[in-house]
Amino acid sequence: MNDKKLIEIDNLEFSFNTYGGEVQAVRGVSFEVNQGEIVGIVGESGCGKSVTAQCLMKLNPEPPGFFKKGSIKYKGEEIISKTERQMRKIRGLEIGFVFQDPMTSLNPTMKIGKQIEEIFIERKMYSRGKMKEKALEILKTVGISDSETRYNQYPHELSGGMKQRVMIAIALVAEPSVVIADEPTTSLDVTIEAQILDLLRKLKEDLGKSVILITHDLGVIAKLCDRVLVMYGGKIVERGTVDEIFYETRHPYTSGLLSSIAGLDKKREDELSPILGTPPDLFSPPIGCPFAARCEHAMEICLEELPEEYEVSPEHKTMCWLENEQAPNIKLKAKSYEESDLI
Amino acid sequence: MTKENNPLMRVENLSKHFKIKEGQILKAVDDASFDIYRGETVGLVGESGCGKSTTGRCLVKLEQPTKGEVYFEDKEIYKHKYHKEYLQQQSQNIAEINPEQAKLDYTKDVQMIFQNPYSSLNPRMTVKDIVGEGIRLHHKNIKNKELEERIEYLLKDVGLSKDHISRFPHEFSGGQRQRIGIARALSVDPKFIVCDEPISALDVSVQAQVINMLKKIQKERDLTYLFIAHDLSVVKYISDKVVVMYLGNIVEKADSEDLYKNPMHPYTQALLSSIPIANPKIAKSRKRIVLEGELSSPINPKEQCRFADRCKHVMPICKENKPPLITYEENHEVACHLYKK
Repeated sequence: MNDKKLIEIDNLEFSFNTYGGEVQAVRGVSFEVNQGEIVGIVGESGCGKSVTAQCLMKLNPEPPGFFKKGSIKYKGEEIISKTERQMRKIRGLEIGFVFQDPMTSLNPTMKIGKQIEEIFIERKMYSRGKMKEKALEILKTVGISDSETRYNQYPHELSGGMKQRVMIAIALVAEPSVVIADEPTTSLDVTIEAQILDLLRKLKEDLGKSVILITHDLGVIAKLCDRVLVMYGGKIVERGTVDEIFYETRHPYTSGLLSSIAGLDKKREDELSPILGTPPDLFSPPIGCPFAARCEHAMEICLEELPEEYEVSPEHKTMCWLENEQAPNIKLKAKSYEESDLI
Repeated sequence: MTKENNPLMRVENLSKHFKIKEGQILKAVDDASFDIYRGETVGLVGESGCGKSTTGRCLVKLEQPTKGEVYFEDKEIYKHKYHKEYLQQQSQNIAEINPEQAKLDYTKDVQMIFQNPYSSLNPRMTVKDIVGEGIRLHHKNIKNKELEERIEYLLKDVGLSKDHISRFPHEFSGGQRQRIGIARALSVDPKFIVCDEPISALDVSVQAQVINMLKKIQKERDLTYLFIAHDLSVVKYISDKVVVMYLGNIVEKADSEDLYKNPMHPYTQALLSSIPIANPKIAKSRKRIVLEGELSSPINPKEQCRFADRCKHVMPICKENKPPLITYEENHEVACHLYKK
C-alpha cells in the first residue's frame, strides 16, 4: 500500500448551536486516510460519525454549526479556512460523497443523466456529447445495465438498489481521489447490499481510490475495511486494523458492540449481552470517559478524567483507563467464532 | 416446547391482491399457507416488497385478504364479518354473532408490534393513554387507579419505570419507544403477537436489549410470535421455524436450524450467503452467491417460478409452470423444480 496521506484530521471539534444549548457533536477527532485504503467509521446513531464525514466537505450548515478547533488537511491544504467558492472545486471533483438515503437524496424532477452531468455543467468542463459519454460510462461502471434508457429516466422509475448505484455514479463521475460513503447500504436488502459492497471494493482494487465508509453495521466493516475507527460520544474510542479491532478488542465499548450482535453463531439458548443504558447527552458531555456510565468495568477515575489514547501496536490505539499500568487486569468478553458454525 | 395437534394460527392459501389500475393487479401475497403452533416463534423473511408485512397485516385483520382462510384457534377470522353466505349456512349462529364484537374479541387475542417506533405512537397521547387505550376498550368500567396499576406493571415488564407514565413519546429514545409499543401490545394480554420488523429501526446495542426482552416476555406469558424481519441472523436467533418468501410466494419452509444448515432453494442459498458476518477472516474468505439483477415486478406476474429470472440453475420448466411447495424432507418444504419427490 502506498503511504501517501490524502486526508489528515487533527483534533477536530465541531458543535451546533441550538435553542437547548451547544451540542458538541465532534469532540476532538484525529485520523488520516491514505491512498487506496478503505477506512471504516463505526458507531451508533448520534456518535458523531456523519458529522465528522460532512466536515470533510464542509457540508454541515454553518450556522448553526461551527468549527471549534482543529484542522482538516486534504493533500496538505487546509479545508476549514476555505470559502464556499473554493469548496466547490473540491466537492465532487476531489472528494465524492455518497449520501445515506438514496430515496430522498436524488432530485425527483431531474433525469438521472442530468443529475450525473450536473457537476460538469456548472464548470463548463466538457462539450455536451463528451458529458453524455462520461455519464453513460460511469453508469456502466457502477453496474447499471441498459444505461442508455436509464440516462433518460427519472429517479422514481428506479428501484432502491439502482438509485444507490446512481448516487455512487454521481460521486464518481468526476474521478475524485476519495469517496465518502455515509451508510450506503442501510436502507437496502441484503442481496442488493452485497452488490453495492462489491462495487465499493472494486473502487479500491481497480481504480485505486480511497474510501471512507460510515456504518453502524460491523458485518459491513468486517467485509470491506482495512482500518477501523470506533466512535462513541463524539470521540474515537478505539482504532486499529480490521483484524485488531475484531480479534484483539481492547475497548469495552467495541467489545460490547461485538457481543450484542445476534450473529449466525449464536445459539438460541444463549442470551445476547446488550450494552445497557443509552449514549451520553452531547449537550453536556461527561467530563470523564464518555462510555463510563454504561461500562461494566468503569472505575472511579473513568468518571472523573478523560483517558488518553494508549498505543497497543503502531496502528492499534484505545482510549481507555484499563490500559493504564495501575488498572486491574480485566478480560473483556471475547468473541470467538467456530468456523464450522458458518455456512 | 410442547406441540398440540391443532395449530394456534393456520393460514391456508392466503392471497392479497391490490388492484392498481384497470387490468393491473399487484399480487402482494399469492397462495401462502403455513401453521403456527402455540408457544413457538415463526420467522418470516424476505426482501422488501416480498409480501411479508402484508401477510402479517392480514393475520391481525388490518388487511382483508382476497382469497384464502386464516384460522385462529380453529375459527375462521374473516368469515364472521364479511361472508354473508357463510353466515347463512351456519344460520343457527347468525343471531349470536355480532361482527363488531367478534372483531373486538379477536383483537384481544392477537396484537401487533410495528416497525417504526417513531411513527407508530401518537405524539399527542401520553404513555398512559397509549398503553391504557386497549385496556379501557376491553374493561369499560375499570377504575382509574386500577388502570394505572396495570400500566405501571406493564411498564415494569418492558423495562420502563412508572415515572414515565405521564410522558409523551417525544421524550423517549427509539429503544424506549419500541418498549412502549410492546407494552401496548401486551396490555390486552394477547396470545399471539405479530412482530413486524420490531428492531430494524434501532441501534445495534439497543437491538439486543429488545430481543432479550421479547424472549423473556414470551417465556413468562407463553406467547406465540410471528417474527417478520429481513435481518436473517436475528431471525435465526429468535425463531423455531422460518418461512422464506419471494415476491408473494413462499419458497421454503423449515425448522430454523435445518434451514440455515441446509438451505435448499437457490434464493435462500443466495440470501444466506449475503448476510454480512462480523468477522473479517470469515467475511473475506466466504464464498458469496451474488444475485444478479433485482426483484422483478409483482404487478401481473407470469405463471412461472418467480425467481426464474435471477436464478442460476434456471431450467426451461421453470419458465413454464410454477413449482408447488413440496415436502422434500421431514419438516422441510421447498418450492423449486430442482427438487422432485
